[in-house]
Amino acid sequence: MSLENAIPAGRRRWTMSLRTRDRLLSLASPIGLLLVWELAARFGFIDTRFFPAPSSILAVLGEMMRSGELATHTFISLERLFWGTILGGLPALVLGIAMGLNRIVRAVLDPIIAATYPIPKSAILPLALLIFGLGEGSKIFMVAIGVFFPVVINATTGVLEINRIYLDVGKNFKANRWNTFWTIALPGALPVIMTGFKLGIGIGLVLIAIAEMIGAKSGLGFLIWSAWSTFEVEQMYAGLFMIALIGFLLTVGLNELERIIVPWKAEAGA
Amino acid sequence: MNDTIEQPLAHAADPAARSAAAIRLRELCKTFGRLVAIDRVSIDIQSGEFFMIVGPSGCGKTTLLRILAGLDAATSGEIAISTPRSDRPVNAMIFQGDSIFPWMTVWNNAAYGLKMRGVATPVIKEVVGHYLARTGLTRFADYYPYQLSGGMRQRVSIARAFANDPEILLMDEPFSALDAQNKLLLQEELLRIWEEQKKTVVFITHSVDEAVLLGDRIMIMTAHPGRLKLIVPVPLPRPRNLMDLQKAPEFGALVHRIWSSLREEVLRAREQEDKEAAS
Repeated sequence: MSLENAIPAGRRRWTMSLRTRDRLLSLASPIGLLLVWELAARFGFIDTRFFPAPSSILAVLGEMMRSGELATHTFISLERLFWGTILGGLPALVLGIAMGLNRIVRAVLDPIIAATYPIPKSAILPLALLIFGLGEGSKIFMVAIGVFFPVVINATTGVLEINRIYLDVGKNFKANRWNTFWTIALPGALPVIMTGFKLGIGIGLVLIAIAEMIGAKSGLGFLIWSAWSTFEVEQMYAGLFMIALIGFLLTVGLNELERIIVPWKAEAGA
Repeated sequence: MNDTIEQPLAHAADPAARSAAAIRLRELCKTFGRLVAIDRVSIDIQSGEFFMIVGPSGCGKTTLLRILAGLDAATSGEIAISTPRSDRPVNAMIFQGDSIFPWMTVWNNAAYGLKMRGVATPVIKEVVGHYLARTGLTRFADYYPYQLSGGMRQRVSIARAFANDPEILLMDEPFSALDAQNKLLLQEELLRIWEEQKKTVVFITHSVDEAVLLGDRIMIMTAHPGRLKLIVPVPLPRPRNLMDLQKAPEFGALVHRIWSSLREEVLRAREQEDKEAAS
């Protein structure tokens, strides 16, 4: 009950809430931006033909949700994003770790990756359409390509950055290849790999929007493109909003996932 | 040839058990390109012996330990490590600096060797539980290394090595990164745990005090190339009280003797480095 007891207890509560505070702030900043936008539109500071008020976009958004139109397009885009991430990310993960662990694999694959990495992924779209046609294949392929490079590069770097002493420990305690992969290489590189996935999924989102604008009859990219051609500006914003929301939720979700699967990393700044 | 036994051990309570050399090195050499790191080292380390190696930095003592651990290969020479029990791993190493996995809890770190060997879970539970208790880490079993101090992390490393129940324990300056108080505590703990089973230990240090406090015999190495200079037995009784021992006149005399021999080597190594830097 004494003052000496009260002060450290209060301090502790403050440090414990740092994480909560960060989360609250990351939710508050986009809401604040929307508020400013709404006010600017209502008071005529911006041209509502190009920048309709969030409330009117929300009204259209609500309408599209009721009709199920928005859900259909969003779901299709998410599905493509998901399969692209799996099909691009998993091979990248395995290849990247193999490259990090094995000098020969690295020597063989490194030049190929270094040569293809700088090609703008959007420039591959015509080729993807040519090979995979207008169906799902070309969309998923585009996402996969976008996810593949950051993950493979980060997985390699992640493994190479693991302190050599841990590999020595594995060797000393007779860890076989399989165990070296599961108990040392993968967990040791995981923080860097997670960064690769975050980057890759961000690129995947960009590519899915582009791919759906050109060669698709569904998805959020298609929705935005067709809204442009019919000058349904609110609908266009509804599509943009959904893409932004997906991007935002994915970032938040991946950060949460990282906290769960990398529990051994000290909190930043703690 | 096999029955030539070197100096008898001060604490050899059971001579029969100690008659065989646990580690035999003959004319061991290791070169890196033109650099000779280890030059024709021949030693016999008895089973159950606490064997210390001191030498100036760059004398190849870490290289020697890594060869014993199977992490590096010798260039030439013979290594024989006796393995009376095939179900037991040959060695476990306690590394210099942080070597416990940051991504595993204290428990999983300590259990690592046993898990890699596919030991049954109930046995792992019992053995790891025992050594965590012996190192005072029971309460911290679910902690991650980043939540522990440097001294506690090194305790985990000790628990991990002992839990694996190897024939020999290899220690590469395990306490060099710790402050003086923690160092003394961990040295005492190490001896206490070691007294339970008296495993063969090869322990590298740059501290002459540490060598005398812990060792049965001390090998002094020369630098560039790393050769065996002298082996000094430490006839101090066990179990040892490190606090009292530090005040004992025998301790001071031994430290003085070893240090004067080592000093020549350190000075010679420094001279050589100066010459190399100048050329």
